Amino acid sequence: MHFEFDQSSPIYQQLADQMEEMIFSGLFPEGDQVPSTTQLSQELHINPATVLKGMNMLVDQQLLEKRRGRGMFVTAGAQEKIMEKRKEGFYQNYVASLIQEATKLGITEDHLLTLIQRGYQNGNTQN
Amino acid sequence: MATLKINQLTKCFGRHTILDNLNFTIEANKIYGLLGRNGAGKSTLLNIINNRNFPTDGEVLLDDASINNNSAALQQLYLMSETNMYPKRTRVSDMFRLADDGYGQFNFALAHRLTKAFGVQEKAHLSNLSTGLTTIAKLITALCVNADFIFLDEPTLGLDAGHRELFYRELLKTYEERPRTFVLSTHLISEVQPLVEHVWILDDHQFICNENVDDLLANAYAISGPAELVDEYTTELKVLDHQTIGNIKTVYVVQPLDETKVIPDRVKIEHIDLQKAFMALTNGEEN
Repeated sequence: MHFEFDQSSPIYQQLADQMEEMIFSGLFPEGDQVPSTTQLSQELHINPATVLKGMNMLVDQQLLEKRRGRGMFVTAGAQEKIMEKRKEGFYQNYVASLIQEATKLGITEDHLLTLIQRGYQNGNTQN
Repeated sequence: MATLKINQLTKCFGRHTILDNLNFTIEANKIYGLLGRNGAGKSTLLNIINNRNFPTDGEVLLDDASINNNSAALQQLYLMSETNMYPKRTRVSDMFRLADDGYGQFNFALAHRLTKAFGVQEKAHLSNLSTGLTTIAKLITALCVNADFIFLDEPTLGLDAGHRELFYRELLKTYEERPRTFVLSTHLISEVQPLVEHVWILDDHQFICNENVDDLLANAYAISGPAELVDEYTTELKVLDHQTIGNIKTVYVVQPLDETKVIPDRVKIEHIDLQKAFMALTNGEEN
């Protein structure tokens, strides 16, 4: 996993999203220190003000905490918080768009349900 | 903290107006991007701010004092430009010494580290260096000189991709260690986009943009889809540029969109990057 930026949204937003993903996946474990603004800024060639803006979004969401003089750390319970947030967005981000695409393709509700079941079965046999 | 103010600055060469009544402020400790097409007047502007050229009208003030022949003020400004101001037989090490003589407290430790990192011989004569290495020698001087406002005119001229990356990295490093203002005038817009906080775009002798980069891009869009739907959706917008492939039309706008307006089903709205926004803004297409 690495940081990568495109033009889809502001860089600070993308940085926040990607750090969130790294926290969620455990790449930055809870209680651990994350790279400093300076490190991220120099490695990614991003203005430090932009990096700070992105990091502060995660501080506002209580996924990161500042420890005076030491840096930024992943809060305890950060993964749980991200999971809650994503569950809330699951319908809008996945279910709604899935139904929209299915409708475009002329896939009926019943057929879609069958496909979902098939997906679960395939997933289970692979595990 | 010191601030540079540019007041009603106009520059004419003969009957040609190059800069027409520019008014703006350069704040302390920020990285700015100065963008403009070839011949837009970027270098002229930087030369005037640094007292190497004179305005036809208007003034440049550092904390309310004119910089014109004001050596105390000029000690806080440094311009790295394409023009070679050094006498023949100047060595790279002489450039450092001259910057130390002029500004004091030159960061020799950083200069030595950077010459090694970039592979430049400090004993080398400037006149024997390639375009790229000459730029590097000037850049190193600019990064190590003791001044609060550093202006870099075409800082990447002749630099290969690896050296440009190294420069961006070292720029941010020294910026964080000793915050000061950097103004980058460049055509490599995509590369500097993440580095700069605020951008000026010079076009038609004036600033057509003087804005925080995030704020500018928040309102910069490509709107694409079937031509008739796109035209309908954009009737009230100022279309800066457009492109048509078959019946698919893409238009570029830099302005807030009406959020209450329904987006037609097959019309797609996407954000664009600084380079694309710059192209749209400077193409001068009239709607």
